[in-house]
Amino acid sequence: MQWEVVIGLETHVQLQTKTKIFCGASTAFGAEPNTQADAVSIALPGVLPVLNREAVQCAIRFALAIDAEIGRRSVFARKNYFYPDLPKGYQISQYELPVVGKGKLTIQVGDAEKTINITRAHLEEDAGKSLHGDFHGMTGIDLNRAGTPLLEIVTEPDMRSAAEAVAYAKKLHELVMWVGICDGNMQEGSFRCDVNVSVRPKGSDKLGTRREIKNLNSFRFMQQAIEYETRWQIETLEDGGTIHQATVLFDPDTGETRAMRSKEEANDYRYFPDPDLLPLVISEADIEAVKARMPELPEDMKNRFEQEYGLPAYDATTITSSRGMADYFVAAVAEFGGEAKLVANWVMGSVAAKLNEEGKDIAASPVSPMQLAGLLKRIADNTISGKIAKDVFAAMWVGEGDADSIIEQKGLKQVSDSGAIEVIVDEVLAANAAMVAEYKAGKEKAFNGLVGQCMKASKGKANPAQVNEILKNKLAG
Amino acid sequence: MINASLKELAAALASKQISSVELTQLFLDRIVRLNPEINAYVTLDSDKSLAQAAAADALIAQGKAGPLTGIPVAQKDIFCAKGWRTTCGSKMLANFTAPYDAHIISQFDAAGAVNLGKTNMDEFAMGSSNETSFFGKVQNPWDRARVPGGSSGGSAAAVAARMAPAATGTDTGGSIRQPASLCGLSGLKPTYGVCSRYGMIAFASSLDQAGPMAKSAEDLALMMNVMAGFDSRDSTSLQREKEDYTRDLAKPLAGLRIGLPKEYFAEGLDAGVAKVVEEAIAQYRKLGAETVEISLPNTQLSIPVYYVLAPAEASSNLSRYDGVRYGHRAAEYTDLMDMYCKTRAEGFGAEVKRRIMVGTYVLSAGYYDAYYLKAQQLRRLIAQDFEQAFRQCDVIMGPAAPGTAFKAGEKTDDPVAMYLEDLYTIAVNLAGLPGMSVPAGFANGLPVGLQVIGNYFDEARMLNVGHAYQQVTDWHTRMPEGI
Amino acid sequence: MSLTTDDVKRIAHLARIEVTEDEAQATLTKLSGILGLIEQMQAVDTTGIEPMSHSQDVTQRLREDAVTETNQRELFQSIAPAVENGLYLVPKVIE
Repeated sequence: MQWEVVIGLETHVQLQTKTKIFCGASTAFGAEPNTQADAVSIALPGVLPVLNREAVQCAIRFALAIDAEIGRRSVFARKNYFYPDLPKGYQISQYELPVVGKGKLTIQVGDAEKTINITRAHLEEDAGKSLHGDFHGMTGIDLNRAGTPLLEIVTEPDMRSAAEAVAYAKKLHELVMWVGICDGNMQEGSFRCDVNVSVRPKGSDKLGTRREIKNLNSFRFMQQAIEYETRWQIETLEDGGTIHQATVLFDPDTGETRAMRSKEEANDYRYFPDPDLLPLVISEADIEAVKARMPELPEDMKNRFEQEYGLPAYDATTITSSRGMADYFVAAVAEFGGEAKLVANWVMGSVAAKLNEEGKDIAASPVSPMQLAGLLKRIADNTISGKIAKDVFAAMWVGEGDADSIIEQKGLKQVSDSGAIEVIVDEVLAANAAMVAEYKAGKEKAFNGLVGQCMKASKGKANPAQVNEILKNKLAG
Repeated sequence: MINASLKELAAALASKQISSVELTQLFLDRIVRLNPEINAYVTLDSDKSLAQAAAADALIAQGKAGPLTGIPVAQKDIFCAKGWRTTCGSKMLANFTAPYDAHIISQFDAAGAVNLGKTNMDEFAMGSSNETSFFGKVQNPWDRARVPGGSSGGSAAAVAARMAPAATGTDTGGSIRQPASLCGLSGLKPTYGVCSRYGMIAFASSLDQAGPMAKSAEDLALMMNVMAGFDSRDSTSLQREKEDYTRDLAKPLAGLRIGLPKEYFAEGLDAGVAKVVEEAIAQYRKLGAETVEISLPNTQLSIPVYYVLAPAEASSNLSRYDGVRYGHRAAEYTDLMDMYCKTRAEGFGAEVKRRIMVGTYVLSAGYYDAYYLKAQQLRRLIAQDFEQAFRQCDVIMGPAAPGTAFKAGEKTDDPVAMYLEDLYTIAVNLAGLPGMSVPAGFANGLPVGLQVIGNYFDEARMLNVGHAYQQVTDWHTRMPEGI
Repeated sequence: MSLTTDDVKRIAHLARIEVTEDEAQATLTKLSGILGLIEQMQAVDTTGIEPMSHSQDVTQRLREDAVTETNQRELFQSIAPAVENGLYLVPKVIE
């Protein structure tokens, strides 16, 4: 039988606020345990929540970014369950009326585009952390993270492969950083995905029973986890078994998923509107105020790059795949002043390759956009060839200085003096009589060989166009 | 001195007739003498109280005294007070020293008042007789075999026995007005949102409201000037202009329209209580008020609605008592689940557990619509009853409780009978309106309270209504014997 | 609707309250009485009535995103049942 996997994602995005969603305790990462667990965070008797304005604005930003409906009146609800990292015994979340309604996000898988429907996104508070270190067989609870604002973004079960799910997660990851609502730091847990996976016979329109893979915090693990889970479900069904709804964890060491023990019992969260909080009302003016401070969205920027800079669609999409890359590109183009396509080639080529190789973010690139533009100017004005430019770039990357000083120091300046080039050409013709004969016998290829010899003799510095011209004249003469 | 009004006490302090330290000591001495039997206080800290009194004396000496500076006030043990044990009447918090101040406590501190001690109460404010307290029942000073009412029974008994000039209470379904009625005091539950709930241990968040308990309406007004006001830490605290609750005390009542809900004088009301209330209303007519019969048709429903909504909110509010960060933790357990279940089984008393279970049940999957949602819909009908009524009248009057103080143990085995104690008070909480009880006489030798219900934010007028009555009657000055 | 002791035990477990068999029996009687009282609500038709969560028709006030809280760990943990290295200790949590 042919099987089809059906995937939906729930992503917890930590919002980039200074303080928690319902109190004025800091959300800074990495503090000593419980030093940012104030009276509200540890749920002392009598404390009350007050909503953080910035968290609401982040939600509006996200809604605008995915062209979603904004809940003009949303309600906070209590999700009741007992867990040691949940100090109140309930999580304040949104249930029936979320702040962000239906929206969509377009992803690219290979050459194909696909639109993923977002069901909703709601504001809620994060839980603390359970540390299973060695505390005489006990678990330690750190509540610094408790109350950190989260936006939980829920998709429809629209994805049909691990690749699509990862593409969606990556696109979402870039987008939340792009609009400045999340730092995107997956190691620190700022962006965590729960993936619902089910399988069904291809062609069926009925959903299979899903299992939820919890808390994936890397795209690689997500890919592995979904692939494993998909295989496991198919094998289970093919062996005549049934899938039971479950929450599972992915173990990166074994590459396998396993059901969580603590979530075995059926949950009854007893949601009800939180009486300590009033309905959140968002006005047209609130939305306009956020809109006024919204950055240009990737899609709009991509279109602009095609029109304004004449970039091919592929280049424009790649450059706008991250805010950092787009910013880098724009800065380099502005400084360079020349052909934007050349800048695009370098940003997507050498710059991206080096960053990738060293696992660096473009913001941390050792070659700044200004420096890159300096290099490109020297290509444009024929000071160096494109080939030499690669060497100069490599030197710039390791911190040897900017393009001009490296060219100067290393004597890489292109030779455009026709007298000097003529001397080289003469020497090459004299030393390669056989090739000359071949050329004269009609072998065009021999010409390229001679150009190569001339470039080699000039240590690459001769202006290739001039070499071509002089060589042609001499051979014709 | 022990029967003096707050105004008289302030005058005595200002004229150096007595110092705050002496006044505080006077009440502490009375507490030492009377409390072992009456059990109105659960925690005393005379060092702290006297230090506050000394600080108040310094303010008085500098001429910086406000109306409550140097006056001892008993605080219901539901308010967190930094450095004070704060138990909410529960074993769960029997070892809990509050690490911060409730807004109400800060307000009294800022006014220079003295915290005289923490008063007994029904556990987590769940009860109408003060018999559910982990720290034992409280005696009604008018008849020691009877209950003082609840949940603010300790505060009521403390003021009634003149162990405090005034006290704070909280009222979720009648917990200020019913004990005020049963102990012959004046007690006011303000409009929901007027007093901050920050630091007030939650029972049912959408109904809980703090308020004063004292001898007279005038004292209540002075207390309200300290307690009321916006607090940014409570999302349900209302942003309003600061008001002077004493401003209308002396207004004449001529032309006042009093609504008398026929449902409040129907079956279930003790005949003696009915007579006292009717006499009080007659007195109001003499003062120039008019009466008009009104109807609050959904009154009976307020009890079932309340016993869905309050336990639902409570079941969630009390989930934080899990033995992890503070409070009681079971001594022995096998694992986390066992720790939770034993801690909560040991830490909570029977009535609290019952209400948590009722609340858990009505919110659980499959029952939410039939119970919780239904109750919220009926809550609106109940609020609309009042909206209609206030088109015909300025204030509503009736009994605060269906009877006088009952015998301890009389209703403990029958929660439903106990719940009916709140028949006349609960609807006010559901609607979020202000309600007050003032002493109106005696039935069977026990105090009877007249309830005055006002429209939203009409506290100043209600206090005026209470004060005018107290200018022509002396019920509020009566003291029980043997204290 | 009538409640059983199994219902009582299920509710008690959801609420994390240990109940013995005897307690479940006693609780059943009292809860049934309370639920009987609550049943009165069903007599009223509430079709189309907007549920009321708050007595005032007001909306949520927003707080500025500024840090107001300082570290009070020592004070807060002085009243905790079990702490070590700044962490609250609980019996082992199994995921």
